[in-house]
Amino acid sequence: MQAILRQARASPLLRPQLASPRVFRASRLSRTLVTKRYTVEHEAVEFDDATGLGVVYITDHAQASLGDVVFVELPTVGTEVTKGDQIGAVESVKAASDIYAPVSGTIEEVNEGLADQPGLLNKSPEAQGWLCKIKLSEPAQMEKLLSEEAYKESWA
Amino acid sequence: MAIWRSCSLRASMALRKTAVHAPFRALATQPPSELKKTGLYDFHVSNGAKMVPFAGYSMPLAYGDVGQVASHNHVRTRVGLFDVGHMVQSIFRGPTATAFLEWLTPSSLSSLQPYSSTLSVLLNERGGIIDDTIITKHAEDAFYVVTNAGRRERDLSWFADRLAEWNAGESGAKGPVEMELLEDWGLLALQGPEAASYLQALTSFDLKTLTFGKSAFLPIEGFNLHVARGGYTGEDGFEISIPPSQTVEVAMLLSKAPVQLTGLGARDSLRLEAGMCLYGSDLDEDTTPVEGGLTWVIGKERKERGTFIGAEGVRAHLRDGPPRRRVGFVVEGAPARQGAKIFDPATKQLLGTITSGIPSPTLGQNIAMGYVLSGAGWQKKGAAVEIEVRGKMRAASVVGMPFVKPRYWRG
Repeated sequence: MQAILRQARASPLLRPQLASPRVFRASRLSRTLVTKRYTVEHEAVEFDDATGLGVVYITDHAQASLGDVVFVELPTVGTEVTKGDQIGAVESVKAASDIYAPVSGTIEEVNEGLADQPGLLNKSPEAQGWLCKIKLSEPAQMEKLLSEEAYKESWA
Repeated sequence: MAIWRSCSLRASMALRKTAVHAPFRALATQPPSELKKTGLYDFHVSNGAKMVPFAGYSMPLAYGDVGQVASHNHVRTRVGLFDVGHMVQSIFRGPTATAFLEWLTPSSLSSLQPYSSTLSVLLNERGGIIDDTIITKHAEDAFYVVTNAGRRERDLSWFADRLAEWNAGESGAKGPVEMELLEDWGLLALQGPEAASYLQALTSFDLKTLTFGKSAFLPIEGFNLHVARGGYTGEDGFEISIPPSQTVEVAMLLSKAPVQLTGLGARDSLRLEAGMCLYGSDLDEDTTPVEGGLTWVIGKERKERGTFIGAEGVRAHLRDGPPRRRVGFVVEGAPARQGAKIFDPATKQLLGTITSGIPSPTLGQNIAMGYVLSGAGWQKKGAAVEIEVRGKMRAASVVGMPFVKPRYWRG
């Protein structure tokens, strides 16, 4: 949670979504819950049940393995995706890595900043280098994804 | 020269009987998963290398926290050191050595000056490229040949069979040729605009006289090493051949600041910017040098009359034009990598396939090389094509290679 709050300050793009946990902490009146889950493809989703939006990003481990990211291909806003669909790619000089939809839903927003600054993905994969936001059609899918511990075990 | 001879002769005493068979015996007893190591394996590990399997060897991909782009740029702007000791170094010696190698390759080796190198190709009976190689002539009867690690088995058995055939025939009667494998010798490539000033501080030899494509035995801090000016990056640089017992010491000598150890990752992006081929990706046994854009390695006087293996196939492509041709591309949007298909934008006809491609760190553009149908103008500079990347068509145009202008020392 601390980390999430730090990112909220760092990234104006995330403010609308992440303002709620701060409210939650301050007043305890909101029922908003932000959960974070991982996939074996080294992606993560941060899901806010108040907005129904999941922010998709690649993990710090993934960006470190990829090396300098020079190009990010993102899905089109409005596209309906099914969990497992290939929705884009992250390219370093070394290689191209596909991005898969970690959950089903509709692409609500993509991180336009990555077009000019793909390096954000290395500098700050979570806060500034996030890939897209998906409006989840089946929020229960979050439960099937990996916890942080299980994710780390998947590649360690 | 004297030192080379004495070293290699000493080695050959032990190797002569086994030179040709040893590698296969080794392969037979080794499980395929077991990777070989160059003499610098421990040196790499102690320098923070990330080791990866490459051509049967465990080789450094990158060192420490230095990213591929930073490593690449360091070689373009300053100087980097590469371990290329996995490559196969050998000596061909004998009264008919020139004629023998002119049978195996389409190069003009009789007119090559002593202590000069040339890029060449070993051709199969159809004119397809078995491997690309650098051949250095020391004398009419002595050549130093470097071939690819990934083709070791194929090349060595090809050499062994052709040598046996040659020495049993008329030519061999005039004087046999023997091949000596410089097994476990080191090979280091010092590359970049500051390579010459760095090396000059370690030798009394005036490097200004050693121009691109030349080689010499250089006294380097008490060692006497074969140094060839050239490399695989497009930058000025040197390839230094080192006896097994001296490799680690020489590597330490050549890796002080500003030299940065450089791995396979940067090696690939540097060679691709320089328009150079990677055997197995850009060249194979179904590709003639004419298709591969390597017609220039064929000696002028050998194009019409040369009696080299595969001459008929090569000559047919020279005469009628090759059915396809390797060309360079600049690709809009996403980088096109190996396997991406190339199409005619108007008819969507398949024109060919990309064999190597990267986002170029130097140019900030996506560059690629691949093969297109030849004869309808697709191989010409400026031809507009489409390349499919992850299901999307990306605009691309044919450009000349090298992508980045080489900066060789030509005196």
